[in-house]
Amino acid sequence: MAAVRKRRWLTLGVLWLALATAYFVVPLLATLQFSLQPSRTGFSLDAYRTILQDPGFRQSLFFSFKLAVFTVIISLVLLVPTAYWVHLKLPRIRPVIEFLTILPFVIPPIVLVVGLLQGFRWTPTWFYGGYLILVVGYAVLAFPYVYRSLDAGLRAIDIHTLSEAAQSLGARQSTVLFRVILPNLRAALLSAAFLTLALVMGEFTMGQLMQFPTFAVYIGYVGQTQATGAAALSLLSFAITWVAMLGILFAAGRGAGGRTAQVGGVH
Amino acid sequence: MPYLELRNVTKRFTNVAALDDVTFELEQGEFFSMLGPSGCGKTTALRIVAGFESPDEGAVVVDGKDLTRTSPNRRDMGMVFQAYSLFPNMTARQNVEFGLRIRGRSADQRKDRAGELLELVGLSAQGDRYPYQMSGGQQQRVALARALAIEPKVLLMDEPLSALDARVRVSLREEIRRIQTELGITALYVTHDQEEALSISDRVAVMNAGKPEQIAPPLQIYAEPATPFVAEFVGTMNRLEATVAESGTVRYGGAQLGVDAVRGRSSGDRVLVLVRPESVTLESLADGGTAPAGALSGRVLSGVFLGPVTRIKVETPEQGQISADVPSATAGRFNVGANVSARFDSAHARVLDLAAE
Repeated sequence: MAAVRKRRWLTLGVLWLALATAYFVVPLLATLQFSLQPSRTGFSLDAYRTILQDPGFRQSLFFSFKLAVFTVIISLVLLVPTAYWVHLKLPRIRPVIEFLTILPFVIPPIVLVVGLLQGFRWTPTWFYGGYLILVVGYAVLAFPYVYRSLDAGLRAIDIHTLSEAAQSLGARQSTVLFRVILPNLRAALLSAAFLTLALVMGEFTMGQLMQFPTFAVYIGYVGQTQATGAAALSLLSFAITWVAMLGILFAAGRGAGGRTAQVGGVH
Repeated sequence: MPYLELRNVTKRFTNVAALDDVTFELEQGEFFSMLGPSGCGKTTALRIVAGFESPDEGAVVVDGKDLTRTSPNRRDMGMVFQAYSLFPNMTARQNVEFGLRIRGRSADQRKDRAGELLELVGLSAQGDRYPYQMSGGQQQRVALARALAIEPKVLLMDEPLSALDARVRVSLREEIRRIQTELGITALYVTHDQEEALSISDRVAVMNAGKPEQIAPPLQIYAEPATPFVAEFVGTMNRLEATVAESGTVRYGGAQLGVDAVRGRSSGDRVLVLVRPESVTLESLADGGTAPAGALSGRVLSGVFLGPVTRIKVETPEQGQISADVPSATAGRFNVGANVSARFDSAHARVLDLAAE
């Protein structure tokens, strides 16, 4: 009786998993099929060829990637010491920071763009007229993702004890942060970087409103002019984002040394 | 000349005094423990010595130098924490080398010193293991080696054994004492475990409500508690509120008991007589029998097996309860409800003024 029930649960589980997989995979397959059918006569890679030969594709892709890298750097430089300090010395203001992390979700992008353009009007032209202003906007959008990733990472380690242990051994605050805390936040840093990368690569509204030729703006443009090209581009951007993420994961994994193997509980 | 001094240190947290005008001194090479219940201020005192807290008043002086305002990373004090504090991203050896790396020692010097210390704590074969690959006891040994690697002026330990199981705790505390003696290092140790403090310390400060109630060698703390709190906190103590009678005796209820320590006190003074359970002996009495002179009578209330001895609690008709430790082999004679007499050696009772309470 128990065996029959177990088998039934197993079947249900497999069915559920198959449904979930289909939910994600079917749209991708449909997009793939559409991108390979520029005409009713048969399959063709023309849409991919056209996109890959378009200089706008490479330019917008590299531009967005550059923006993503800058956004990751600026976000981490600003938020790692902030999150560390809040956890270590100012735990009482954590609810305030958590409230602030919600703001980028509730403030409409148009308000954010207008605010940015007004707020940074006094800055030099090389900043105000260049893409760095967009990086600042993206850093604001990435703030919730980066802060919450770091917050989760900091909660997972006993930063008080680790910091005090390092200090008692003679380490200065900066040494504690770089040699003790950061290496133990690797997963949180990677997660923050992934989320920011994915966010920037797909962000459309800010890029469009501030008139920068980002990858998402390019996808929008292609979507309006070439139906199969847009499908091909969507799949390409999906693949590129994943490859970039796997690249970061691989690079970080190599730097992790031999720390991944758990040798059971030794007591 | 004292090596480490706390001079009139006061520390308040939102108007509550965690430390209230605390002063004590450690000699060089001494093993000094602060013992007390949670919230008594012992950890605050240790953290002030380490530099992680600043005193509101008073000073911390080490080797004649005032370190009160010196930051923790410039104090040269090794610390072992209650929580496991090894850096998870480093192996045991790298953890031990950390302080030496900060001090700019060469790779060879670091390797040699880490090797020596890992051998000292019995973990030379585990140098390449990460903290998550080691047991709690092993991690605390590495933490000890790491603290010792920098040749600290003072070794600070904040309940380093409290997270370990009982057997490991006993073996590791003996090891800590051995290493401290071997290196001749000055050690300040915090614990709430009286057995731990009494077994490894040269001197113990029993802390209560932000002040040391008594600072003395372990035997003196146990045998001659200076206050009722110390008497209660360290070991189990029978407390008899009595009145001084003539020629070395006290009146306690209807009984007259011999207590050498009251000689010289005025007859009629109210005193607190303190007697350890191991100083109390029991004798069986026939039903309805009365206790002989100098003894209390009562009925056995309970018996708790403690291994070599059984702690028998006796309820006396008028005066409350008294506990006695009897050898477990003979404890069968004192069943619950049995009529017994209890007496103690007059030389083994300690006396405090009732006003001292």
